[in-house]
Parts: sequence; structure tokens; C-alpha cells
Amino acid sequence: MLNFTIRRLVLSIPTLLFISLVIFLLLQLAPGDPMAQVPLTVPPEVKQKMRDALGLGAPIHIQYIKWLHQFFVIEPAVFIDWLTANSFFFGWLPDTQLSLVLDEATGEMVQRQRVISWQTRSPVMDIVIQRMPQTLWVVGLSYVVGILIAIPIGIYSAYRHYSLFDQAGTFVTMIGFSIPPFFTGPLLIVIFSVSLGWLPSIYDTTLVVNSWATFKAQFLQMIMPVMVLALQTTAQISRYMRSAMLDNLNQDYVRTARAKGLSESVVVMVHVLRNSMIPVVTIIALGMPAIFGGAIITENVFKVNGIGQLLLTALFANDLPMVMTLTFIFAILIVLFNLIADILYGVLDPRIRYD
Amino acid sequence: MTLKSTLLGAVALTALAPMAIADGHSGERGRDGQLNIIYWQAPSIMNPYLSGGTKDLEASSIVIEPLGRYDETGALVPYLAAEIPTVENGGVSEDLKSVTWKLKEGLVWSDGSPVTSADVKFTAEYCMHPEGGCAQGAKFDGVDSVEAIDDLTIKVTFSEAKPNPYGPFMGAQSPIIQAAQFADCLGAKAPECTDANFNPIGTGPFMVTDFRPNDVIQLEANPNFRDPSKPAFANVTFKGGGDATAAGRAVMETGEFDYAWNMQLAPDVLAKMAEGGQGKPVSAFGTLVERLEMNLTNPSPDLPPETRATVAEPHPFLSDFKVRKALSMAIDRELLVEVGYGVAGRATCNLVPAPALYASDNTECLEQDIEGAKALLEEAGWTDSDGDGIRDKDGMKLSILFQTSTNAVRQDFQALIKDWWSQIGVETELRNVDSSVFFGGDPGSPDTFQKFYADVEMYANNFDGTDPQSYLAAYRCGNEPKPSSQWQGENINRFCNEEYDALLDELARTGELDKRGEIAKQLNNLITKDTMTIVPLVDRGRVSAASNTLGGVVLNVWDSELWNVADWYRITE
Repeated sequence: MLNFTIRRLVLSIPTLLFISLVIFLLLQLAPGDPMAQVPLTVPPEVKQKMRDALGLGAPIHIQYIKWLHQFFVIEPAVFIDWLTANSFFFGWLPDTQLSLVLDEATGEMVQRQRVISWQTRSPVMDIVIQRMPQTLWVVGLSYVVGILIAIPIGIYSAYRHYSLFDQAGTFVTMIGFSIPPFFTGPLLIVIFSVSLGWLPSIYDTTLVVNSWATFKAQFLQMIMPVMVLALQTTAQISRYMRSAMLDNLNQDYVRTARAKGLSESVVVMVHVLRNSMIPVVTIIALGMPAIFGGAIITENVFKVNGIGQLLLTALFANDLPMVMTLTFIFAILIVLFNLIADILYGVLDPRIRYD
Repeated sequence: MTLKSTLLGAVALTALAPMAIADGHSGERGRDGQLNIIYWQAPSIMNPYLSGGTKDLEASSIVIEPLGRYDETGALVPYLAAEIPTVENGGVSEDLKSVTWKLKEGLVWSDGSPVTSADVKFTAEYCMHPEGGCAQGAKFDGVDSVEAIDDLTIKVTFSEAKPNPYGPFMGAQSPIIQAAQFADCLGAKAPECTDANFNPIGTGPFMVTDFRPNDVIQLEANPNFRDPSKPAFANVTFKGGGDATAAGRAVMETGEFDYAWNMQLAPDVLAKMAEGGQGKPVSAFGTLVERLEMNLTNPSPDLPPETRATVAEPHPFLSDFKVRKALSMAIDRELLVEVGYGVAGRATCNLVPAPALYASDNTECLEQDIEGAKALLEEAGWTDSDGDGIRDKDGMKLSILFQTSTNAVRQDFQALIKDWWSQIGVETELRNVDSSVFFGGDPGSPDTFQKFYADVEMYANNFDGTDPQSYLAAYRCGNEPKPSSQWQGENINRFCNEEYDALLDELARTGELDKRGEIAKQLNNLITKDTMTIVPLVDRGRVSAASNTLGGVVLNVWDSELWNVADWYRITE
């Protein structure tokens, strides 16, 4: 297993490099210009100067290598410097200065150039870290809520196959599958914010939870985005759960268990459920990167300023370094969680061996 | 508007000011607590010199201020300057080559240090640095030198006579930044100063406490603001992101926010929202004109790329004035306004619709005249000889490729105009291009508005500030986009007219306001009604939404919408 993991990790390096190249070339080929949002009243020669200041004049391969260097060398160096200087766990280590370089002109240590966003002219990773908590809270929580609702529904639907509950469950999941969040989101806002006035329609990212009142405010503003997203997750996972349960309920070992005289709850909840969880756990693991990716549409509908919203604004502004970095982080996560899903499969199902 | 009436207006405003104070909203700074503003495009940076985006300009205008601003009528108002320099008060030299600004006495930055002429001089250095890529470089166009005469006096010298010397340090595009804070940020180093770019120290009514790019800005009242009773609000939350509908809803329906910027919404949606009762739309008109641009050169794909859509190949039928005139006559502008803009638009025949001093009284295009258009085409020799409903002449059909950017209102306009043109026997093929490509200016793309590989195109444009000189000068002969200029250039129609160019030269030499107005009107008429090169459709206003409990809002299209945020207050019932 360890051997397999190491082999897969090593193999993922050329894969990721290839992905980064593809993303970079796609972004280069895509139409658009970072100056498109600048008003027409700004003359072309000023725009050209702005483009040059962004480094757009350099040849394509130089831009790519520069990005690779910034992402794989300088950003980790900045991270290590932060770890040794300010973090709780490694703060006792001597402070490193890996990301600093001597400026010949002034004789001072200055930071080497990190991946800089064109919109904000500030390091991309700082903004990503700033956005991460919102996304993890809202999208991550919705994932947990979705799974917690989906699994019992899936189990019961399969157990009472074609019952009223199963039909109703199928109906609700079909709705969840087919109605996109850009419809359910505004619908909920119109009902609960505009008509009833119970919930805020705009997520307050500056809220600090430090008392019951702020906790309540946080809870209220999270209800709608979490529920809209959870509906999608529930729909998907309960379907998988149901079909996995159905596959197993007709197996011989289930009949044997019943023949042995085991109680119905032990048969379903122990024997069938454990075997049915194998594919579902894989699906859940594969869905994890999407949490970090945020829910682009839902975040925009509720103004949760997370990673998804960041990606969307960067796309509109043609902020290539930001788009490139975010997309590549997603690629890393997807490769990583695929590996985790494969390993989990082996751990859960003793029949599967990779070596 | 003449200078006299402007001055009279200013006197009237001064007279009204004490009344406003007597209205019961004066007192301590910060008395009204929290103000919530929402911009559906989120600000990315607080430094207008590094971003030309309107959202960034307006957000930064709360914190950093120029020497003078434009008010809602387009008149100049001193902010950091003691008064607006003019030829009359000796601030502008007789030869129009230099302007001398004097700062107000006792001004301090929000960190308590004094504002001096060195800061103003530094601001010019910052933007004029050759490696900086300053977004407002055009404001400093023609500036020869900026000198600090004494602590409060700055002299700007231009390399040639500038009848409108209010480019540098005037309006939201050109605020003063603190020399001490930005000293290490010149040129290529500008992007490294993240702290300064996000939290500029300013003289404005508020200062940044927390800036989260593309998300939210938190501000608090500047304790060192020059007027001790302002601003009325102690804290501002400036939320960004989402869409215009959600922003409008948050102000007019749920009341979560006090002010929402730029409600680009369908008229019926806006009216429905206003029924929410929490707020109302406010509108004002500036110089933004939605127009049809006629291509005077041949965009045919059969031509080689060197000459396609260049002056070497005149357009086969749009170079005929009567055809252009007929196309304009067939359009019902009032209906376009009703469909697309409602309160936020009015029909216009002018390229320069405002300010009043420069706006021509040309209204002849407002009446739709299908029959007249048909007669005009007949007269020009365009008849439907083969009976297929499309006019032709010498074997060529009147068939037009009409392009614009992708945008719901523009596609509605395209459909309507196509219908009217089909009524006069003109065939129209419609095309829309994503706006980031259309306005992107990429010389490699065939779809930019500069390349103009179509017969007619529609978009909107305006000019900065109140003086139309550089805007009108865009249509000078030779300024057209062409292969040798990498398709850069502002004379989109490839218009070339000696009389027009001569008038432009005259305008550049004239300093007297009334005279300038006269010349600008002639120029406007030359390019619109006299030649129908540009066919204006709608004068587009700005619509924002303000809460019913928010007082003091004066929507201003000549400067930042938040230009007078220091005067905003809470209305208590």
C-alpha cells in the first residue's frame, strides 16, 4: 500500500506539470484583455503602458516559467518563513529568510516577487488564505449537512423500495438534481428575505462571532446558502446510497444473515450498510475538492465572498495569475483526493489490493 | 451654461447651505453611526493610479481627495485647494501654459501630518513615472513640470497652451496621495506596496480600517477631517460583489444597505423594486451616449488584411451621406429609451449631450420618418429592382452587418433597429461579441470595436470631466485604428474632414468658455447631423439607489458618486 501511494504521488508530478501547462496555454489562447474593464476614456497608449507594467510584454514561455518559479519556489519559501517566524507549531525554530533577497541598490533584504494578482496588485496566495475560511465554513458545512441527510434517506429508500417514502425521496432528489442554485437561491431570498424578512440576503463576511447575538446572526446568514448547497449534495449522495444498498440487499450473504436469525436492524445497519458504504465513501472523497473550489454560483447569489466568488471575479477581470493559481490549486486537490479515494477503497474493501 | 449662471448657481447654493444645516442634521462627527454601501462590482484596490476601473475610483474617493472636484452641474468646486485657479483670478497664466494651485491652510492627513505641496508634486511624479503603468496617465498629458513654489503653492507647467488645465489633481481620477507613504512605491515598485495600495492615508472623510480585495472595505470617520462636524457617520461598510439586481434588492426591498451604485436594470425591474418601499432610485445625466457608429471604410472579408477596414478602401454604400441619413431617420429613439432605459435614458441626437455649455440644440433626428428614409434611398438610386424586399444598386444589395457587445439591452436594440431597417428595404445581419473581447483591444482579434470588421456597430462612450475637447479630437483625420498603429486609435469611423480638423485646432487655441462652447457645438453637429457619421441614440443616465433614511445624496455624474459622502446623514423620522 505504501509502495502504491509513493508510486502514485511520484506519477502525479508530471501530471500536475502537464495540467499547469494546459491551463496556462488555454488562458493565453482565450480571448480577453485585462484592460477591458478600464473605461474607454483612457487612451490606448496609457493602456499599453499598464499592460507592460503587468509583465504582459514578455514572451509566453518566459511568463510560464516565471509563474512556475513563483508558485513552486517562492510561495513555499514564503510559507516556510511564515511557519518559522509566526506559527504556533514551528515558531520555536530559528527564523528562516528563504523568500528574501538582498536588494543591491539599497542593501536591504526585500521579498522576492510572489504570484501577483493583476486586479489588486497584491500576492494571490494572501487573498486565497483570506477567502478560505468563508468557503470552508459555508460549502464545507453544506457538504456535511448534505451527507447527514442523504445517508438515512438513501438507506430507508432502498429498504422500503417503491414505498411512498421512496417515491417522495426520488421526487425530491430529482428536484435537487434538476433545479440549479441560481434559481433556488434567489427564490429563497425572495421568500425569506424580501417577503418574510427573517433572514439576511447578503452574507456579512466581516462578522466576528464572539457572543450569542453574533452567533445567532452568523447562524441566520448561513442557513440559506448552506441549505441551497446541501440540496444538491443530498440529491446526489442519496441516489448513490440508495442504489448501493439495493445492490447489496439482494445478495446471498444478506439472505444468510437473515437465515441465521439476526435481527433486521443488524442485517441492514451492519451487514448491508458497511458493504454499501464502499462506493459512497469514494464518491464523498471525490467531492471534497469541490468544497475548496467553493460553489461559484451559490457564493455569488448570497455574496459569500469565498474562493468561488474570487475565481469568478478574476475571470471577469481577465486576471490571469489569479485564475491560473486558483485553477491549479484545484487541480492539485483533485489529484490528491483521487489518490485518497483509491487508498480508502483498498482500506475499506479487503478484496482490493494494489500491490 | 454661461459662467454667469454657474456663478449665480454657486451663490444660490451657498445661500441654501445654512438652511440645510438648520434642517436638524448637524452636530458631532460620527453621530449617525453606521453607513452601508454596496457596489455590485467589488473594489480590488484603493489606488486609482493603478486601476482605471470605476469601482476602484469611487471606493478610493472616500479616502483620498483631489485639489478640486466637479459638482452635480459640472462646475468646479475646490476641495484641498483654497480656490479653483482661473484666468480671471490669476491662477491660470495668460498664455494658458501654466496653472498655480494653492492648498487650503491647515490641512492634515488622517495620520495627523500636514498636507504640503510636496505631496502634490510627489503625486505627479508617481503617475508620470515611465515604468509605473499609471492608469491616469492621460490626466498628466502635456505636463512639462510640477513645482512646489512654497509649502502651499504648486505650479503646473504645460508644454503647450492648455485651454482646459484641469487634468492633473482634479476629479476622482487624480487624487493626492501622501508622499511619505508612497515614497518607495515609484515606477516598477508600485505593485509591491500592497499596504499602501490597500490602505492609503488620505484627507477624505473616512479612512480604511480593513480592506479585503474584491470583498468588503471597512472604514471609520477620519478624526482629522477638516470639518469637525463631518462626516455624520462613524463607520462605513463598503460591500462589493454580486449583481445589480441583488444590490438593488438590498437597498430598496430588504433595507439591509443604504446606497447601491449603478443600477443597470431593466426599467420594469427597477420600478418593481422601488415598490419595496425601503429606498428609491436616483438618477442623473452625464455624457454617456449610446450610439451607432458608421464604418466609412470597407470591412469586406474579401479584402487583404492590410487594407480591410482602412481608409484605403472606402465603404461601398455607407460612404454615401444619404444612406447614412436614411438609416438614422428610420430609428424611433423614444421607443428605444422606453424599452431599454426608462428613467435612466433620454433620446438624443448629440455626441456631446452635456454640459449645457457644449450641448448643441440639435433635435431633428428625434422624429422617426420611415417614408422620408425610403424617399431618400430612392433619391440616392437605391431601388428594389429584383423584388426581394432589399434595395440594390449596380448589383450590390443594401445589406448591413451590425455588431455590438453582448448585453441584453443592446440585443433588444439590435432587434428593433433591424426591424426598422427592413421596413426601408435594408437587410441587416446581427452579431454580438463578448464585451471583454469587443472592448479588449487585442490587435490579434478580428472582433474588437476598433478593428470594426462590420458595417455598423453600437456601443456607448463618454468623456471625463466636463470638457469635450479631447473627446471630439478623437475623430481627427489620421487618428483611426489601422494596421500600422496595431489597430489602436479612437477615430472608430475613420472619419476625415478638413473643416472638422480646422475647428479642432481652433478649439485648442481658444480659452474663452462661451467661444469654446460655440466651436464644440459646431464640431458636434459636423459629426452627427451634418454627416451622420455617428448616429446618437440614447443619452444614458446613471441610476443608483438610496435608502429612504439616507439624506444628503446628490448623484453626480461628473465625479465620483461618493463625492459628497461627508455630507450624508441619517434621516430620523
